Amino acid sequence: MMLKELSEATGVSGDEENVRSILLRAIREHVDEVRVDALGNILALKRGTTQNGLRVMLAAHMDEVGLMVVGHDGDGFLRVRTVGGVDPRLLPGAALEVGPDHLPGVIGIKPIHLLKSGEEQQVPSIEDLVVDIGATSKDEATKLAPPGTYITFATRFREGSITVSGKAFDDRAGCAVLVEIVRGERFPFDLHAAFTVQEEVGLRGARVAAYAIAPNCAFVLEGTVADDLPKDKDSSPTTRLGHGPAITLMDNTFIAHRGLVRLLTDTAEALGIPYQFKQPGIGGTDAGAIHTSREGVPSATVAVPCRYIHSPVSLLNLDDFNNTITLMREALARLTSSTLRSDL
Amino acid sequence: METISLLKQLTEAVGIAGREAPVRALITQLWQPLVDEIREDKLGSLIAFKRGADTSAPKLMLAAHMDEIGLVVTGIEEGFIRIARVGGTDRRVLPGLEVTVHGREELPGIVASRPPHVLSEEERKSPVPWDKLFVDVGLPAAQVEALVSVGDFISVRRETVELKNRRVAGKAMDDRAGVAAITLALEHLSYMRHSWDVFAVATAQEETGLKGAITTAYGIAPDLAVALDVTFGKHPGVSEPGVWPLGEGPTIGIGPNFHPRLAARLREVAEAHEIPYKLDPLPGASGTDAWAIQVSREGVPTALIGIPLRYMHQPVEMLAAQDVERAGRLLASFIAGLEADFLKKLAWDTPTDESERRQ
Repeated sequence: MMLKELSEATGVSGDEENVRSILLRAIREHVDEVRVDALGNILALKRGTTQNGLRVMLAAHMDEVGLMVVGHDGDGFLRVRTVGGVDPRLLPGAALEVGPDHLPGVIGIKPIHLLKSGEEQQVPSIEDLVVDIGATSKDEATKLAPPGTYITFATRFREGSITVSGKAFDDRAGCAVLVEIVRGERFPFDLHAAFTVQEEVGLRGARVAAYAIAPNCAFVLEGTVADDLPKDKDSSPTTRLGHGPAITLMDNTFIAHRGLVRLLTDTAEALGIPYQFKQPGIGGTDAGAIHTSREGVPSATVAVPCRYIHSPVSLLNLDDFNNTITLMREALARLTSSTLRSDL
Repeated sequence: METISLLKQLTEAVGIAGREAPVRALITQLWQPLVDEIREDKLGSLIAFKRGADTSAPKLMLAAHMDEIGLVVTGIEEGFIRIARVGGTDRRVLPGLEVTVHGREELPGIVASRPPHVLSEEERKSPVPWDKLFVDVGLPAAQVEALVSVGDFISVRRETVELKNRRVAGKAMDDRAGVAAITLALEHLSYMRHSWDVFAVATAQEETGLKGAITTAYGIAPDLAVALDVTFGKHPGVSEPGVWPLGEGPTIGIGPNFHPRLAARLREVAEAHEIPYKLDPLPGASGTDAWAIQVSREGVPTALIGIPLRYMHQPVEMLAAQDVERAGRLLASFIAGLEADFLKKLAWDTPTDESERRQ
């Protein structure tokens, strides 16, 4: 399964090589042109069946959040900082993979038995946490994991009947959806697939990818927040698992193009595909960078709802995943230049 | 058996306090070929008997607890499982943790966490409280209701990994490390002569109040006992004294919980066999099976061997395999060296060699 392979690959922002090589292998035979740009984005072209002049960009980011080694202490522990939005509260007790050789490492904290009154209410800061790889001296630790070494969660993909779990579904779920679309039939227009780098540290890859592609419109494929736990007052459910692909109307980085949103919802309704709107106001995606590229790019974001993103293990619903692929394929097949009118 | 694979096998087995069956089956299998008899007591502890060479020899009890801490289902809400702890589970390590829910079927689950994107500044500042912790098994609510009941236990699912310098990390090292040390000692003893009868016990329900130690000590009525448990390992964030470096040998407890001459004998044995050790001063309750065994029936001279462990009660409990091996060797050498009349030397009204010399 593509999603399993992608989820288990390590690829923290700036170190996407493992993910990139999986994706290049997966799409090479299904595209007409493919190149890797200066920042490491994969830019692939699948020509259209007609010469209608439309250039449609589909983007999914390859990178994931993680940690980076920034120093070592005298007893062989690694000092680290977060890369992207990692909640330090999820680090105590975590199992990790350190560096290119995937050395096992762990993060532990002061045992519960030794806490002073009030300490159990404190969240250790990233400055206080260390990664333990079993090294016994500063020299050994520095040799095994020099400064700059990337660290990811060590999480295996798990396949259930209804849901699957694994790390980095944000955005390997989007990457897996995009691979399926690239591997499918040609569309009437030229399809430009971009697997981007460095989304988690500020949408860096998408910015230059959009400039290079200069698309007429763009769709960003994501694994997005599903915060659907029971709550006292459920004011912000973001998205819900099992309720279909999530279409963004507006988030912290952009406002979706109405024509593209309408294309997506009309397609879903015509075909009876369930869909949901991601509640406005939370998060951001590569669309934030793409829609302001050059003179502007009409953009939309479609996402697979994922619980527990940015944590050691996330969870998605397979129906949502497959419906995202179907919805994207069918919507793209219906896309024409009039979809992009600004007077909708 | 090779120590690290023994530790991996023991720690990856499930055995939450009160529901020790899976790990008990594994230990039975490991100990069966090394002992003469094996039985379970009514609370689920495992008692293995290895006959001594001397027919009228006294009885030595070895105790390490096989139970681990865990979680229990307290309710189901919209398909999410509410939880409470079994033993001293630390809620600070729960969000994002993979677990197994032992319902009508074994269900893989995740302790739910809300992503940073949706949290308020206030929420980020403190660990998630128990009433906001849920386990998610990724199934529709109706299916969860059908498969999971209030009272079902939940165990941590974690692969045990070997790190550098023969260090090993995983869940439930507390106290499968002690069980491993007893296993290694029993292996050594199969090539050694010992006059005392040995009762090796994998106790149940230590984490919920030393329950297995209470009933097995009564049942065996030992003349002498040695408990094996983990003790605090040294790492950044914990302050000395009372924490011990990994890889520099096991600890021998001293304090009111331990018979001073028994502890002294363990030290002599360690020194004679060039086994490094540290003395662990414990001024009161040791928090181990030794505390319960000492006051069983009319009282039992008791000792404690500790294995330094980092990150206690977290899914990354870490120790040095060398320390487990040294604890096993120390135990076996101590047992092989026990003379039939050793008890006499422990009697409080018998002068020590030193006081004899002084007279």
